[in-house]
Amino acid sequence: MVSVRSIYNTPSSLTYHDLPWIITHREDRCTLCGQCTAVCPVGAIYLTYRRQRVPKLDVLKKQRGNEYRHFVGIRQQTDVSKRCIGCGMCSMVCPNEAIGPHPNTNENRSAFVRSQKGDAFKRGGRRNAPGKTILDRISFDRISMLTDPALDAGRHEFNYNTILGRILPPEEYLKRKASGEWIPPTREIFPFIIGSMSFGALSPNMWLGLLQGVAYCNEVLGIPVVMATGEGGCPPWILKSPFLKYIILQIASGYFGWDEIIRAIPEMQCDPAAIEIKYGQGAKPGDGGLLMWFKVSKLIARLRGVPEGVDLPSPPVHQTLYSIEESVMKMIQTMSMAFGFRVPVYPKISGSTSAKAVLNNLVRNPYAGGLLIDGIDGGTGAAYDVSMEATGHPIASNLRECYLDLVAQGRQNEIPLFAAGGIGKNGNVTQNGLAMIMLGASGVHIGKYIMQSAAGCLGNEMGRCNVCNVGICPKGITSQNEKLFRRLDPDDVAQRVVDTFMMIRTETKKIMAPLGRSQSLPIGMSDALGIDDADAAERLKINYIC
Amino acid sequence: MCRLALKSADEPFSPYEMLMAMEAMQEGYDGSGLGLLLRGIEFDDFKLKPNHVILSGIAHTENALQRMADFMGESGYELKYQHEFDMRPGIIETRNRKRFKYVVRVYKTPDWSNLTQDEQELRLTETRLALRKNGEDHGGDLTIFSLWFDVIMIKEVGWPLQIGDGLGLDDDRIKARVVMAQGRQNTNYGINLYACHPFFIQGISTMTNGENTAFIPIKEYLLGRHIPGYLGYHSDSEVFTHILHYTTKVLKLPLEAYKHVITPLKTEELDHHPQGDFLKGLRTACRRLIIDGPNAIIGTLPDETCMLVMDQKKLRPATVGGRPGAWAIASEMCGVDALVPDRDPALDFQPMREHTVIIPPERKELKIWSQFDPFTIPQAA
Repeated sequence: MVSVRSIYNTPSSLTYHDLPWIITHREDRCTLCGQCTAVCPVGAIYLTYRRQRVPKLDVLKKQRGNEYRHFVGIRQQTDVSKRCIGCGMCSMVCPNEAIGPHPNTNENRSAFVRSQKGDAFKRGGRRNAPGKTILDRISFDRISMLTDPALDAGRHEFNYNTILGRILPPEEYLKRKASGEWIPPTREIFPFIIGSMSFGALSPNMWLGLLQGVAYCNEVLGIPVVMATGEGGCPPWILKSPFLKYIILQIASGYFGWDEIIRAIPEMQCDPAAIEIKYGQGAKPGDGGLLMWFKVSKLIARLRGVPEGVDLPSPPVHQTLYSIEESVMKMIQTMSMAFGFRVPVYPKISGSTSAKAVLNNLVRNPYAGGLLIDGIDGGTGAAYDVSMEATGHPIASNLRECYLDLVAQGRQNEIPLFAAGGIGKNGNVTQNGLAMIMLGASGVHIGKYIMQSAAGCLGNEMGRCNVCNVGICPKGITSQNEKLFRRLDPDDVAQRVVDTFMMIRTETKKIMAPLGRSQSLPIGMSDALGIDDADAAERLKINYIC
Repeated sequence: MCRLALKSADEPFSPYEMLMAMEAMQEGYDGSGLGLLLRGIEFDDFKLKPNHVILSGIAHTENALQRMADFMGESGYELKYQHEFDMRPGIIETRNRKRFKYVVRVYKTPDWSNLTQDEQELRLTETRLALRKNGEDHGGDLTIFSLWFDVIMIKEVGWPLQIGDGLGLDDDRIKARVVMAQGRQNTNYGINLYACHPFFIQGISTMTNGENTAFIPIKEYLLGRHIPGYLGYHSDSEVFTHILHYTTKVLKLPLEAYKHVITPLKTEELDHHPQGDFLKGLRTACRRLIIDGPNAIIGTLPDETCMLVMDQKKLRPATVGGRPGAWAIASEMCGVDALVPDRDPALDFQPMREHTVIIPPERKELKIWSQFDPFTIPQAA
């Protein structure tokens, strides 16, 4: 036995078996082209020379000896900072299918040593909880078989749009209409909204592709899709373009980008779709936005009015204000006034057991245009791992509770509720979205799904990739590095956005038709929902089916 | 799919005539129930006065009848007339159901000279609801259908003609200028008398053949209005009556607006409508009242106006026909034939998705109003 000191070993030392992803490399297929090592975003693999001893025994001469074989191969780094993230770009570029990562089904010991250099583990993505979500388990079970004819998803006309903005009770609407008083602005939009992802979190090409796709959906296909900016402003050319009407501008606690927005107001050709005031985010409740220094490029620095290459952590709360009630009231009124009371203004909060308190506050605020609740399965560009994994509230029961609270007050049509956080987590975006709508949401925001569907984001809930925070996105979606985001063609993204929304539209009809619904989005149609879990059924007040 | 028939005539007629018309459409119901609404009443042996109201219902036990009578007396209503049905036992299938008495009683209202019309109507509703609750609190031994100035409602489980024969409705002792009848095709699993069409609230009544797939969200919204009488909902069609009440009585909109509330036009259509801006706002404000599914809704208002509207996709049949003085609406053409045979069938009309057919109280001619037409209300000006 050799002494321990002769082996390179520290508390953070790992072998490749301790890492979350293990690279499998087939030397018999490798051509040593080097593409995999060039493309790997974290430098997890390297090309190396190895020597192999081949014992040699010459029986006739009664001699023992060795021969040495030299070979070149790909090896995996075991340094925790260079651990394989499982993105699989190596296998994507390999001409001979010689390499690829595989999830480590044994323990992942690297989790214990991720805290390095005095900081806790930060990443992008969302809660790594694989498997079916509650939404995935809901089925639409009230099939309209009692009377015929049933609806035909392919031939009949369907009204599936929703309303964003404060809605007056009918009596009040008629009274104000007669006296010519102010009527709160509303927008008729598609119920699947591209959720807040900032210009900064996303690369310029990704943003351009999304906007092109959204414009095509609206102007060619007649699907009124809107997208939200996230914190960090909006490029000036968009602010002054007719496309602004498809955009929900977000203001968050860092107020990044709002100098540019306010200056652009006199030159705007149209109003934005809405203003979203961010108070919280499902992925990281209690944290403000975070754009890490890697991504603060020259362009981003200019848009946000900050120096290049510095971390941009937004504070968790809106400054200068005393309480959320006061904050919500002042912010909503200020933003409403800035846009001449022509634009719906609504807050976005993290899913929480206190969501009902915020909601009831909004009900009494005549300017509040809705409430967006973001559940624990929401995604983010950058956050502490512990925030993503362990803080927050799942969206389904949280939204349902808020909706039923509105129903008890008879105010369910006045404040539209929007849901986010894990919609389409396992790819079932329309099913998840419609389930949320039938639980009481007026619409859903989808972020991660759009990145996966429209741009090929590689992240999953097994910890795959999740490096959005450091700007090394191998697909160029969340990077500000030109070399990386050039990989993403905006036209291709736009095409995928369109494909995605056409699919959602068709699937929406395919769900609504058998339920006998075609005249309006089935908001709160909870009698159509069933789940194979008695406890969940009781909590959500839907059918238990088995 | 239920079968519906309505007749409105200058000359009062027997409700038995409606049951004959129902026979003509008998393929469409299964004997799970009959509902009748009679309006513009003439009793053979009693003359109604303007301060008289009629209570209709079923007292299932003697005790319930006594409680009902006591309650009405204590509430200041004075019994003026009691209609005795000429019952023919053994015709209505009673099974294990006990029907002690089919109630049709005329009361003189308390002195309401200092009350407005709205207040009087509210009193009647409150009395009806209190009686209904009284029955529910006693194991459902008292079922109350209506309490109104000149409305009788009869509901029973069984085959329509058998019920008519069992109650002796062919004796011409009760006649009415407007009669609505529905033969049920039971789509509500259990047979509940309150689930039987037509539904009634404050003189407004509707009946429907079809399925309202947006029932739960509409029901939840109506319950949240906290308006007396917005309760029950044993049938998904009951909400149609309450929406009509909400539109005309609470929002005080004209009857034509009902169509815009339950089946609003599309945005592209409203973009070209002369009152598109107002109607888009109305659609948004009343979004939770948009109905869905295949439905033909037939209704009457307190002033004897009758109406018929279709669902947005016109997924149900319904025909209106007649001549000056007598008009009929039925879910099947053969029903109209049976009700007004002496008309010109070439002038029958089958409304499409945008139409509201209105038979005005004068009964001179039909009014066919399209959703694409403007209507006159100050808000839309």
